[in-house]
Amino acid sequence: MDIRRAPPSRAASGGVEPRFRQVGFVTAAEPARGPVAPAAASPTASDGLSPVMIPPPLIPVPAPAPASESLMPSSPPPASSYLLEVISDLDDYADDDDIDVSWARPPPPALPEPNKRDLTQTKNEHGPTSVAQKPKLSKAERRAIQESQRAAKAAAKEAGLKPTAMASDASTKISKQPKTAKTSLKKDVNQVNPPVASDKKTGERPPDKDRKKDIPQSRMQFDDAHRVVKAKKRSVVSQSEARNRVELFRHLPQYAHGTQLPDLESKFLQPDLMHPSVYKVGLQYLSGDISGGNARCIAMLLAFREAINDYSMPAEKILNRDLTAKISSYVSFLIECRPLSISMGNSIRFLKNRITKLPLALSESEAKVSLQSDIDRFINEKIIVADKVIVSHAVTKIRDDDVLLTFGSASVVEMIFDHAHELGKKFRVVVVDSRPNHEGQRLLRRLVAKGISCTYTHINAVSYIMHEVTRVFLGASSVLSNGTVYSRVGTALVAMVAHAFGVPVLVCCEAYKFHERVQLDSICFNELGDPDAISRVPRDESLSHLKNWAENENLHLLNLRYDITPSDYVSMLITDYGMLPPTSVPVIVIGSTDMDHLIIVVGFKFLPARIAVLTVHRTGHGTRAHMCTYAKSKAVYQQLMFSVFYSPSENSIFGIRRMADW
Amino acid sequence: MPDVQPLVSDFVLKLKRRKVEGSHAVARQTAELLRSVVSQHRMGSSANQAAALADAVRAVGEQLIAANPIELAVGNIVRRVLHIIKEEDISSTAVGIEGLSVTVDSDGEYDSEHDDRPALSAAVLAAHARNALRAPSLQTLLEDIPVSPAISRTASSTGDSDGKSKSAGDKSSTRKLKHDVIAAIGDLIDEIDSCYEPISEQAVELIHQNEVILTLGRSRTVKEFLYAAKEKKRSFRVFVAEGAPRYQGHVLAKELVEKGVQTTVITDSAVFAMISRVNMVIVGAHAIMANGGVIAPVGMNMVALAAQRHAVPFVVVAGSHKLCPLYPHNPEVLLNELKSPSDLLDFGEFSDCMNFSTQDGSPLLNVVNPTFDYVPPKLVSLFITDTGGHSPSYMYRLIAEYYSADDLVVRRKATS
Repeated sequence: MDIRRAPPSRAASGGVEPRFRQVGFVTAAEPARGPVAPAAASPTASDGLSPVMIPPPLIPVPAPAPASESLMPSSPPPASSYLLEVISDLDDYADDDDIDVSWARPPPPALPEPNKRDLTQTKNEHGPTSVAQKPKLSKAERRAIQESQRAAKAAAKEAGLKPTAMASDASTKISKQPKTAKTSLKKDVNQVNPPVASDKKTGERPPDKDRKKDIPQSRMQFDDAHRVVKAKKRSVVSQSEARNRVELFRHLPQYAHGTQLPDLESKFLQPDLMHPSVYKVGLQYLSGDISGGNARCIAMLLAFREAINDYSMPAEKILNRDLTAKISSYVSFLIECRPLSISMGNSIRFLKNRITKLPLALSESEAKVSLQSDIDRFINEKIIVADKVIVSHAVTKIRDDDVLLTFGSASVVEMIFDHAHELGKKFRVVVVDSRPNHEGQRLLRRLVAKGISCTYTHINAVSYIMHEVTRVFLGASSVLSNGTVYSRVGTALVAMVAHAFGVPVLVCCEAYKFHERVQLDSICFNELGDPDAISRVPRDESLSHLKNWAENENLHLLNLRYDITPSDYVSMLITDYGMLPPTSVPVIVIGSTDMDHLIIVVGFKFLPARIAVLTVHRTGHGTRAHMCTYAKSKAVYQQLMFSVFYSPSENSIFGIRRMADW
Repeated sequence: MPDVQPLVSDFVLKLKRRKVEGSHAVARQTAELLRSVVSQHRMGSSANQAAALADAVRAVGEQLIAANPIELAVGNIVRRVLHIIKEEDISSTAVGIEGLSVTVDSDGEYDSEHDDRPALSAAVLAAHARNALRAPSLQTLLEDIPVSPAISRTASSTGDSDGKSKSAGDKSSTRKLKHDVIAAIGDLIDEIDSCYEPISEQAVELIHQNEVILTLGRSRTVKEFLYAAKEKKRSFRVFVAEGAPRYQGHVLAKELVEKGVQTTVITDSAVFAMISRVNMVIVGAHAIMANGGVIAPVGMNMVALAAQRHAVPFVVVAGSHKLCPLYPHNPEVLLNELKSPSDLLDFGEFSDCMNFSTQDGSPLLNVVNPTFDYVPPKLVSLFITDTGGHSPSYMYRLIAEYYSADDLVVRRKATS
């Protein structure tokens, strides 16, 4: 809506000259921001998100219509980033403008693969992505900030005028380009700009980069033949489509198994293709040596860490730009090896966010050290410590003589059992396993080795064994914001049977795996495993009837990797934020992005990091959040609940009210 | 009697060693065995021939049931045979009376005569006696239209007729009884063999074009059912859950594909994911209990639960030999069988974990590999048997047609 409105408003503000008309954003007030905008360094100002970015389904934004009209000409969202969003929609408008395109044309693509991503796709993913970005305020808040800044800096406009004009000039041209060229041109702009207006732009660019590249979940739809061909051209891994694909799952990638590995192995020695550590991790994903959300995530982050360590910035490039591109190319390689898990997507998003936030003043080595410590911190805080917190919570739910059922092999569940065993609790574990991977056997072996009494069975027998079970502990690959649990296929069945037998289901999941996506079925988004794995029957040759299954076109084998568990089967979610009902996931998802940031922005320091935001209400006047946290008083952790009211016009939080103890 | 003993003990051994499995095979072989038991049975000149015959069958039946109590089909067939004996006894009694009073012998005329007879005739007595055995059903209502007001009296008169038949019982009538019983058992065997036909005839009425069907494991009845629909040019897709650890689903998939049915094999764990796209679940059963619950291959309960969650009809197809007149109590445990752990785990791999290493002598690792699942009646939408479609709550009536109430416990009576 705003996008469409933009061109006319710009036309109104601009002069006769088409170039200026396009520029639009450059108005009297605008350049003022440049020099002074040190606020840009603060995340507040850096969140140059266009109003369109606020995902409508999560929080109803107060109708932005009139405000944005008035806002457009005066306070510019960072032109380039904004434009990128707008471009595709602008094509129709832009065509009649005679503008020197050649100026911007020959962009030696500094950013390889990922940047060439189809724009539409990029756009599709913006909604969810932007929600999770730290530096995001509501439109109203941002507007308030911008307006105050503009007022303060109106005097200083001369200095910035020129550079901005240049910048917007460039962006103007971009808007003229046909879609395919756009992204690369966009790069060009970004390269051109910094020397000219680097001080002005620094604060504003990161978000646009974030938005463009923070697309960890590449949700390419593989039934779009055109795009598949495109993707194939740039892929490192050469693989062929599997035969006899299941009609329902055409939108998901499925490649003939075993075709990729030899090819990749032969490429291993080509040095500049991929960083060896990343290459190694990719091969491990492909062969299945590393599996499990946390393990894959940690392996990937460590590989990136190593890659960053070995990274040396090419001349005439900007570190955060070039590095992001590098990481993106790594990521797309990893995706080709195996589709990313949601946890990996989230951590990639974190890393890229970190990279783009690096202050330009930092030298290369400093930046690298900083990034590496960021990665270490992420692994430590979000995964290792989070697991410890989860274990400490979950152990309180295990009593003597309990019979605990688990499905598959979740690392955090295993830790819970280990810890409870160390505490001397007497319990028995039922390991339910499923074909074709039999991950439970590995868990079983480790548990038995530790002396925990176990019962092993397969998923079909789950209703037989459920009679004796007192609690079900499940791991999760992700928890989506409608409370559904996205996890190893079969989890839903176990949870369903437990629900039917009245056994509590406890899902353990680190909060970094939460995702703001929603999903209703297991079909729209999933991962397909190797269908041959189904035709292989263990142990008994006489039982394998499907050896040459691919020869018959009527026969399909479907090896789903994940399924979703409806939230009503989940009694409790154990996360590092505490133990919650599954309905609280969306508030954590929002809380960990929006509200955390909001609190930091305002210098709201006394709260510990772990805050659960329970509800967020947005009104025309501001944002009210009910939050909950733990505070230590007299050596006892106490759960506090309070509400915070944030007013964008004042740019401050006022009214913190402690509510009755929870 | 001694002539059949080797046959019986051979079959008992087969049952015990699980050499014969599957309700169809078991039912058939049991019926054949019982037929030879009956034919070998030497009819004494004692007063109650039928009772003696029934006792002989009971004696064998008891052994067979004890050999593999999980194969409920054995008990079903034994009860069916007992029921047959009882029916034949009554009808021959009636014929006997008829022969005495009206001297009409032939069975062919029996039916035509039936309508013309005066209210108190022996034929009506016999028909009513049959009615007493069977619950009133649509069939019997249509068959025996002239249910006379005299029926109220007949209950008392059946007792008399029994007495009369004994008095009239001569050599020929006993031979006739035996002959009739053997013929009826032959019919039963035919019925078991051909139970798929009447079931699969109903397929077209239940499967529409482009239907998506899910099934688990392999059942011959399901296969024939789907074949029949395919032959009638219905095009539909089938998801087959493989049914670990026996992977019978693979066999079914192969068979379906040979007939050109679009088939997708899924892992059992993917049932919940896929069932939201399924129109109907069609499965076979091991046995149908009197309350409408189903003993089915392991994993069926979770399929039924998933189907219920997504409001997908859960249809059970089964021949009438699978109807069991017993009410289940704790069937998951009592009507179940645990198979070898080697189906699930490699002994070689886990041998060190399976030793009795803890102090109290129980092993650290147990492996549970049950064969059957119990699906409660509330999860079943429909039963398709060879007599048509029935709801779970109707099962007890259907069962009353096949079995007589005093045979529910197959035990030899104290010798009279």
